[in-house]
Amino acid sequence: MQQLNAQETPSVEPIRPPEGQEPSKNKASKSPFQLAFARFRKNKLAIVGIVILVSIVLISVFADLLATHDPTKSNLLLIENGPSSEHILGTDGSGRDNFSRLLYGSRISLIVGFSAMIFTLMIGTTLGSIAGYYGGKIDSFIMRLTDLMQALPFFVLALTIISIVPEITIALFVTIIALTSWPNLTRIIRGTFLSLREQEFMLGAKAIGASDFRIIFKHFIPNAIGPITVNATLMMAQMIIFESGLSFVGMGIPQPTPTWGNMLSQAQNIRILRNHPEAWIPAGLGIFLTVLAINFIGDGLRDAFDPKSNRR
Amino acid sequence: MAKELLKVKDLKQYFPIKGGMLGRTVNHVKAVDGVSFNVYEGETVSVVGESGCGKSTTGRAILRLDEPTSGEVEFDGEDLLALSKKKMRKKRKDLQVIFQDPYASINPRQTVRQILEEALDIQNVVPKAERGKKIAELMETVGLGAHQADRFPHEFSGGQRQRIGIARALSVDPKLIIADEAVSALDVSIQAQVINLMKKLQREFSLTYLFIAHDLGVVRHISDRVIVMYLGKIVEIGDTNSIFDNPQHPYTKALLSAIPVPDPEPEHKKERVILQGDVPSPIDPPTGCRFHTRCPFATDKCKVDVPELRSEDYMKEEHMAACHYQKEIEAGTHTAKY
Repeated sequence: MQQLNAQETPSVEPIRPPEGQEPSKNKASKSPFQLAFARFRKNKLAIVGIVILVSIVLISVFADLLATHDPTKSNLLLIENGPSSEHILGTDGSGRDNFSRLLYGSRISLIVGFSAMIFTLMIGTTLGSIAGYYGGKIDSFIMRLTDLMQALPFFVLALTIISIVPEITIALFVTIIALTSWPNLTRIIRGTFLSLREQEFMLGAKAIGASDFRIIFKHFIPNAIGPITVNATLMMAQMIIFESGLSFVGMGIPQPTPTWGNMLSQAQNIRILRNHPEAWIPAGLGIFLTVLAINFIGDGLRDAFDPKSNRR
Repeated sequence: MAKELLKVKDLKQYFPIKGGMLGRTVNHVKAVDGVSFNVYEGETVSVVGESGCGKSTTGRAILRLDEPTSGEVEFDGEDLLALSKKKMRKKRKDLQVIFQDPYASINPRQTVRQILEEALDIQNVVPKAERGKKIAELMETVGLGAHQADRFPHEFSGGQRQRIGIARALSVDPKLIIADEAVSALDVSIQAQVINLMKKLQREFSLTYLFIAHDLGVVRHISDRVIVMYLGKIVEIGDTNSIFDNPQHPYTKALLSAIPVPDPEPEHKKERVILQGDVPSPIDPPTGCRFHTRCPFATDKCKVDVPELRSEDYMKEEHMAACHYQKEIEAGTHTAKY
């Protein structure tokens, strides 16, 4: 074993930066997250999505300044009026200004979508982490619970809860959506954790004495951030659709709160559907654009976090 | 003789195989089946054997990375298997591990500084204010520059990553380091660097190594003693020279004859022992001597009686093998069938 002699391989010398060069001036080192962000920025569709979404967010934030009328104030003298200089998009069945309702409606859609997503994320991450990390009996229990939830038809379940509850608030609405849509995310996080559990760095962390809590939060969740972000984003789009769908059938946020779903529900009236497209098309377009933008962002994030899926 | 640092007694690691509708345990993989040995302070003990013989599992069971099925692991006079989970976490300060795959064994989302800081933090090795200095020292010790501390693992080569793994193991000032195929994934020139680094560190920090490997050349170079495993059991144990110069067990002989000779002069040409068949399944290991299905010397006795590790009078003390016919084979009165 001559080639292993210490004299011949004195290479335990530290690797030093070249002479006269400040080590800290080296090119900044990039974390995997920063690398993903750099890939994301190259994705044109995702940037389009960001632009659309940011515009909608700005509209909802500054709705107070942009709106021409109080969105909940009805005027019984102006029912189902067509567009005029006073009411750009006309008025609805109770004489409320459609344009102002459109602006305020973006608020509800975004708030419901975002908070339901956060809530679902909390339930899904907690249950998915526990199931994936510990495995065994607790995993079987949580997974059977998700099977059960997924076997229940969401729409019917939501409708049942809503028809039992006397008064529907936004918070309650968000809770219902979150309580019925966590199983998918739970499964995804569990799956990611199961594969992370087999990786040696988990043993490495365990070997230096890291607690379960630390391994989950410092090692597993940062490594699962890709799938979590992507799915959370796509889920938000889904939730906006849910909200609109329920509002459309009159089971969502009750009138007179302006939501896009509520505005769309006017189109159930054949007269409005035919004669006043300006009353419901903008709301539909709002939902369409928001969901499309979020899906573009989600796809962009997926490609950014998984460089192997180079479809472009 | 030096103090016994690690005593392993009758260690067993069975992995259940679940099957059937209700996920009942239908059988076990007997990965480690009654292994006993001691490691003395300051020495390097190597565990060798072919893939699947249970050498890595033994290392993991000692560290309780997998909870062993039964047996005793005594470290520095303390029974590790009796410790609570919390106490074991503290105890891990003294027992460290270097993993095989430098690409998989460190978290890709932490910088080197975060990796080392985490270890220092968990085990509270030095006060918070001195951590930066300690990290710089550690990096210099393993041959990385302190200026590289804020880089991510993907910015390093395999050899450098393995040094990060070594730095993490060293950071908590351990007494025993289990090197689980620590150099197998590296190419030969890098292997030499890392091994020399490990030997240097052993002298500096008076470390004890349990070196799990399958490269016999490396093993001969670094070990004081060698343990040969086959199918979850120790077949031969002894000091490195005795094992390499005077192997007793037919399996050890076969294993050693597989070392490539760099200079194949005729007089150095050893007899090549080629084993027949594959390693039997550890789910249902052969009865008697586990090696009898492939052993050229096997008789009916080998199929029934389990051989014990023992020393013969011509063997060095502490050199033990587990073959019924080791004496006869040595004397030439029991010959191979093929």
